Amino acid sequence: MMLSEASITLMKEMTARYPEKRSGILPALTIAYEEVGHVNPDIYREIAAAIDVPMVEVAEAATFYTMFPKEPVGTYLIQVCHNISCALMGADSLVEYLEEKLGIKKGDTTPDNLFTLISVECLGSCSTAPMMQINQDFYENLTRAKVDQILEDLREKAKAQA
Amino acid sequence: MSFYSPVRTNAQEVAASDRLHLFKYVEDPEQHTVATYEAHGGYVAWKKALTTMQPEEVALEVKTAGLRGRGGAGFPTGMKWGFIPKGSPKPKYLVCNADESEPGTCKDRVIMERDPHAMIEGMAIGAFAIGCHLMFVYIRGEFGEPIRSVRRAVKEAYERGHLGKNIYGSGYDLDMIVHTGGGAYICGEETALLNSLEGKRGQSRIRPPFPAIEGLYASPTIVNNVETLATVPHIINRGAEWYKSLGKEKSPGSKIFSLSGHVKQPGNYELELGHSLKDFIYNPKYGGGILGDKALKGVIPGGSSTPFLTPDMIEVGLDYESLTEVGSMLGSGAVIVFNEDTCIVWALLKLIHFYRHESCGKCTPCREGTGWLEQLIRAIEQGRGRPGDVEKIESVCGNILGRTICPLGDAAVMPIQSSIRLWRDEWQYHIDHGKCMVKTHFEFK
Repeated sequence: MMLSEASITLMKEMTARYPEKRSGILPALTIAYEEVGHVNPDIYREIAAAIDVPMVEVAEAATFYTMFPKEPVGTYLIQVCHNISCALMGADSLVEYLEEKLGIKKGDTTPDNLFTLISVECLGSCSTAPMMQINQDFYENLTRAKVDQILEDLREKAKAQA
Repeated sequence: MSFYSPVRTNAQEVAASDRLHLFKYVEDPEQHTVATYEAHGGYVAWKKALTTMQPEEVALEVKTAGLRGRGGAGFPTGMKWGFIPKGSPKPKYLVCNADESEPGTCKDRVIMERDPHAMIEGMAIGAFAIGCHLMFVYIRGEFGEPIRSVRRAVKEAYERGHLGKNIYGSGYDLDMIVHTGGGAYICGEETALLNSLEGKRGQSRIRPPFPAIEGLYASPTIVNNVETLATVPHIINRGAEWYKSLGKEKSPGSKIFSLSGHVKQPGNYELELGHSLKDFIYNPKYGGGILGDKALKGVIPGGSSTPFLTPDMIEVGLDYESLTEVGSMLGSGAVIVFNEDTCIVWALLKLIHFYRHESCGKCTPCREGTGWLEQLIRAIEQGRGRPGDVEKIESVCGNILGRTICPLGDAAVMPIQSSIRLWRDEWQYHIDHGKCMVKTHFEFK
């Protein structure tokens, strides 16, 4: 089992609020992703059992939406918006800067498994560009100094939690 | 206390105005709490509607006010509510569309983060108008803070009796579910949103039947944008005649405009409809001019799906009719500004990459066409363009436009077509010389 009892209970509670069980699939995938950090067929099976829907319906949804990574990612998933408003404010150079700082290419994870770097479609932060999302949080109006500080803080945080 | 998002607003101007209203309290760090919202006159409209008005009167007031959907399509809100069949035994649903993801658009997020009760109150009034007892807000999953903020607000609204059973002793029950998406632009399209809410892949449905007849769970459903609903309490409080006195005759009211790209002061600003686009970009109260005092090259006035305007076209008013007249659209009100250093092919590659990625794959012209367009535009951008490529792009565009179930295909095509119309020489130069006419290299600070 990859999901905790607490997650299973939460999925059941969320699903019970909807007129139809199938509506519980996206909330359940969100809960699973938040706990495990990615989703896969074993997790689809557990969700299907938890909220009583066919596994294929869970798989159908999971494979359509981009927010549920199908492979493990680093502790901190860095998602840089590369769309037009951010691009005009230097998003491409932000990605390059992060590649250089982290010593990896876009799409990769650092060897210590701390950071995964990807670029994504518009995150709705266009008037505070450039920006990036790290796990559940947005970091806006980014500058080189801010990026340095954010990475350092996250490294400290990871060390403290280790 | 500071705000989660540092985005700039014109709250001060709005507070001093008796016409602008949506952004009056967005710089108050406590506005997100129910106590402060109530102290500022919140939930008075909901109580008024529920205890002194008939549902039809509420719908009529909004219809008379002339409020039009602020998500992009601009459809009259009160008229939409009127499409709910009378006497249908099925449950009715109201769904607030908070899947804000049109590039350039970041306004609903501010409402949800800083003034979430405005949305909830508007939803409640809308729900009452159509006879709904279970309403949903579908928030894009990436919006961590808006989701947290709305969840806190819903909990507080229940605690204060604005939601739940027998609200204000009226006998009316209303529940609300906060639903979060999975990261798909297409779910901002209302039928895709409903599929997604049902736990399915976010693919558009063929209409008819329209959602008002058969929407969520095959029941009558109304889908309205966050800003649209947040406007409703103001109309109920101050009346349709007051609202109609704002803005322009066919585009009444005010709207939040997201300003991004090469301006000195990007931000979210509430303006009366019809406000001059040029003033919006250059006035020190708003955009403050072009970043680095460069020359302006072009503007997208209504989100990335709307056709470009050139500097000679920006004397236009920001309203539905005026922008249509100059060949563009008001859309979601997201104004994206490009300076003279922007290569138009580079900009279009960014845009088409987005639409190719976000095409849901249901309709062949959009699924295949956006892929071809990205390949062609990428080749030109990388200096591998061939003679006839511009014509080929135009041909592919022509085979997508109007041939898909939902507007995503059209949205992908319209900025490309307009950019070729306005800067054909620049596209051709890129093919002939294998490089940009202007050097695009934007460094972040």
